[in-house]
Amino acid sequence: MNAKIKIENLNLYYGSFQALTDVNMNIYEKKITALIGPSGCGKSTFLRTLNRMNDLIDSVRIKGNVLLDYKDIYAKDYDIIKLRKKVGMVFQKPNPFPKSIYENIVYGPRIHGINDKQKLDEIVERTLKEVALWDEVKDRLKKPAMGLSGGQQQRLCIARCLAVEPEIILMDEPTSALDPVATLRIESLLEELVRKYTIVIVTHNMQQAGRVSDYTSFFLSGRVIETDETDIIFSNPDNKKTEDYITGRFG
Amino acid sequence: MKAYEKVIEKLLLICAVTATLSVILITIFIFKEGISVLSDYGMINFIFGTKWSPTNGNYGILPLIAGSLSVTIGALVIGIPTGIACAVFLSEVAHKKTAKILKSAVELLAGIPSVVYGFFGLSVLVPAIRQFILPIIQLFNEDASTSGFSILAGAIILAIMILPTIVSISENAISSVPIEYKEASLALGANRQETITRILVPAAKSGIISSIILGMGRAIGETMAVILITGNMPKVPGGMLDSVATLTGTIAMEMGYATPEHQKALFAVGIVLFIIIMLLNLFANFTLHRLGGQAND
Repeated sequence: MNAKIKIENLNLYYGSFQALTDVNMNIYEKKITALIGPSGCGKSTFLRTLNRMNDLIDSVRIKGNVLLDYKDIYAKDYDIIKLRKKVGMVFQKPNPFPKSIYENIVYGPRIHGINDKQKLDEIVERTLKEVALWDEVKDRLKKPAMGLSGGQQQRLCIARCLAVEPEIILMDEPTSALDPVATLRIESLLEELVRKYTIVIVTHNMQQAGRVSDYTSFFLSGRVIETDETDIIFSNPDNKKTEDYITGRFG
Repeated sequence: MKAYEKVIEKLLLICAVTATLSVILITIFIFKEGISVLSDYGMINFIFGTKWSPTNGNYGILPLIAGSLSVTIGALVIGIPTGIACAVFLSEVAHKKTAKILKSAVELLAGIPSVVYGFFGLSVLVPAIRQFILPIIQLFNEDASTSGFSILAGAIILAIMILPTIVSISENAISSVPIEYKEASLALGANRQETITRILVPAAKSGIISSIILGMGRAIGETMAVILITGNMPKVPGGMLDSVATLTGTIAMEMGYATPEHQKALFAVGIVLFIIIMLLNLFANFTLHRLGGQAND
């Protein structure tokens, strides 16, 4: 199996606080990897190391290797713009820009140099169809994205992310701000997307991890306790702590 | 308890009414004093007359309007880009500590009395324009001449005076753009400059425009600094280096020795100033709503 991202001995510190300790993990191509664990276990921090969003915080120090297609993304000469184009991100709270639906989608492609109107129109239609939003919004593309419902906004954010043609999509609890119906729509969307993209999803919701993911990684206090195929993690985990968390004994 | 609340309520009402009443009284007073000149001299002659010579009974205020507008527009042309650039630097580029120091320095500018600005302009800017700017202009136009007392001098000083307003309000607006927008932009592979120009500044535009409106209000109403450095020549200006007299400056300088009729004319100047500021505010508010509307619909 092809490891799209290989994480080796990753340690991350916020100032003197160590948030991640010796994380080793493989993220496989065109599979969904779920990261689960109690609040503050470092799963979101870990997710943000994969597209270097932690660079925004001054006090962060990182040791270890994150190899994307066998290249270390923390190497000095690695182009961070290219990295973020390749590794898209969807956030916990839907965060469309205060612009029209159309402008939200074309923002990324424009940044990366696509200015041809026809091409941009195609991107908008393609990505909105990919997230099953096209039929709902095709008549109001020039209307503000803020007028959409929470679930629609989140699908728009996924479409915006797809518009720059990433290979990997990181999702930080993408459904935690949504109602159950909108959550189900996003989950069925993930099943479609994984045919083309590699997906890493942080979730608080264990049923969700069980439903959508191929692999699951259990984090506790900044360490990876166990990573395995989701079926195994949920039916027959190796580690007692994983079993306790899965069965709801703590967390 | 009930009675006590009623007293408080009435007190608050009185305070609110006092503020409104003052505005109304001032308006009535200016109009009562000045309106007779407007009707005797003729509204058109007064506003579009190009000769302001009170001793000869000529009350055409076009030169004064042109003076005020040219100095204000000049100040905005210099002050808006500088102010917004400074606000962006403070909120997004500078290190937190540096930003803190620079911010308090900018805010200190607001505390300097306007006469000091005027004096600074008089002793530094005016001679500098005469010595350094004029020779450059003369390279292109040999006939150019200036005393240094000019629109340019006024515009520069006013630009500095409105900086604190523009910088602090714009900085606030940019800093309060939700971090989620910034993260979303960066996560799409935008660099810092693209994020600032395409996301942060547009998202903060209503705050930035408010800051410009307030700055413009301060520039057009400023009197003392402008008297000292614009030369007070009531002529319609032909260029940036010409001397001008402003509406405010003329009122302040001439009121002391004015004959009754002249005094009434100065009140009429006040009416015009009042109306110009009202119109600017209306226009600015309109723009704000239009832009704000675009952002939200």
